Amino acid sequence: MILTIARKEFCSLFVIPSTWLILGALQFIFAWFFLARLDAFLQVQSQLAQLANAPGATLAVAAPLFGTIALILMMLIPIFTMRLIAEERRNQTLTLLMSAPVSDIHIVVGKFIGLMLFLLLIITSCILMVLTLAAGTQLDTGLLLTNALGLILLAASYVALGLYISSLTAQPVVAAIGALAIFFGLWLVEISAVDNNNTWRALAPTSHFQSFNIGLLNSTDLIFFLLFCFAFLLLTIRRLHNNRIYS
Amino acid sequence: MLVTAPITLSARNLIRRFGQREVIHGISLELRHGEVLGLLGHNGAGKSTTLQMLTGALLPHSGEVEICGFDLTRQPQNAKARTGFLPETPPLYREMSVNDFLIFAAKLHRVPRAQIADALTETKRRCGLQDSGKKIIGTLSKGYQQRVGIAQAIIHQPEVIILDEPTVGLDPSQIRDIRELIRELGNMHSVILSTHLLGEVESICDRVEIMHHGRLIYGDSSTKMQQYGSQPGFIVTLLAPPALSVLQAIAEVQQVDQLSATQFRILHTVNTNPSAALLTLAAQHGWQAEQLVPLRTRLEDVFMQITQDEKS
Repeated sequence: MILTIARKEFCSLFVIPSTWLILGALQFIFAWFFLARLDAFLQVQSQLAQLANAPGATLAVAAPLFGTIALILMMLIPIFTMRLIAEERRNQTLTLLMSAPVSDIHIVVGKFIGLMLFLLLIITSCILMVLTLAAGTQLDTGLLLTNALGLILLAASYVALGLYISSLTAQPVVAAIGALAIFFGLWLVEISAVDNNNTWRALAPTSHFQSFNIGLLNSTDLIFFLLFCFAFLLLTIRRLHNNRIYS
Repeated sequence: MLVTAPITLSARNLIRRFGQREVIHGISLELRHGEVLGLLGHNGAGKSTTLQMLTGALLPHSGEVEICGFDLTRQPQNAKARTGFLPETPPLYREMSVNDFLIFAAKLHRVPRAQIADALTETKRRCGLQDSGKKIIGTLSKGYQQRVGIAQAIIHQPEVIILDEPTVGLDPSQIRDIRELIRELGNMHSVILSTHLLGEVESICDRVEIMHHGRLIYGDSSTKMQQYGSQPGFIVTLLAPPALSVLQAIAEVQQVDQLSATQFRILHTVNTNPSAALLTLAAQHGWQAEQLVPLRTRLEDVFMQITQDEKS
């Protein structure tokens, strides 16, 4: 049942023209940024070569690129999560799922997986772009893998939070703006914290992404992301259940 | 309607509040296999809320719903797999094609993978959607969207079909088609539909429940409902009528009113019918009987009368 719903969500993204537009535009932005970083790297390469422990192409090109993708995902994901529940509620299609023999868990997890599959596509396309570097240099696979994992976990936590915001309202636009505002708030908490050990800073998913970004697989960060997703998925399931009682 | 047919849906004492306001005050319903039940009521009487509670889209604050022996709150998946629901606004994903949408609906309702193709063809045939399979739902007309909505509700061959105002917004020929379809569905499944069109009840329902301010105030077969509170009688046209008193003197006639020079309204007691006697007399005396029309109360009047009775 989960897969049926996930597949429907995934496929219905591709029948909307704007999805293709966003995919194309994203790829363009990523490629632009990638080439700009590559250009800068090539210019300083001769100087770097004189250093004893010089940063390689992966650290100088790929890591900043992934950092940018993380930022772009933050702005992108609300556009997709707003459709998941808020739009169904507005179009009154949610009744179909509510009266079908599927539980709220199936609905929420199905929608979550459906959107994650789509985001995986975007993330994979970026990784493939970075892999083209392998033609000219040796890549740091470890750094690449932690970055990819970090990006996936970050996307998952954004989707979980966005899904919850989407379940609170019947207006997709409100859901999008609400999710975006919260993502931005969390991001601001992270960048405005002067002290690195600030407790508030620990709330922001982006701050936990930092360690993945520099190639550090920290179990605290891993657990944070998993708990974050779990908590908001659970809240969404509760919200859908309450929907049957109160609305 | 067979009284021995198994009960497919039973609701007991459903109560539903919105905030502090109680909108459904203890509704109990029973539906048997092969029966079409019409839920009749004014706008805002609570029809849609009741139907949503029967499908599990809305939970009642108290009371139970049982579908084919499965309790809707304790075994929701088993119960819901046996119902098909068409809400007031058909729940259609406008960007999907008809085929994709119906396949999704079939999978959602646990139709085995191997049977999906057959179910799809059969359902499209029943709903007259054979040529629309590849069309995008958003581009279909209102009538066809309604058909897709019904197709979605019946693709998994549910025991109980729940339709919320299925013919609203359709043109007369579409209404006729959909009524025929519902009648056909009623032979093999149980159907419960809400409506405020009385003609619909007259033409397709076996049984009627009237809802008023969140209560069921009247329930009976639809033929009995038409006779509610009216006195039996007929209108007779006699081209060469006798004096009024002659007609009045016929046995079992209670009252005669002259409507025009040749037309008379004759009321009689409930279990008798003096029309045969009258026609024999007319033939004997050359009254030239032309027409004899039984009095039929309009369902609108009956409905108004029942809801009025409730108020007073």
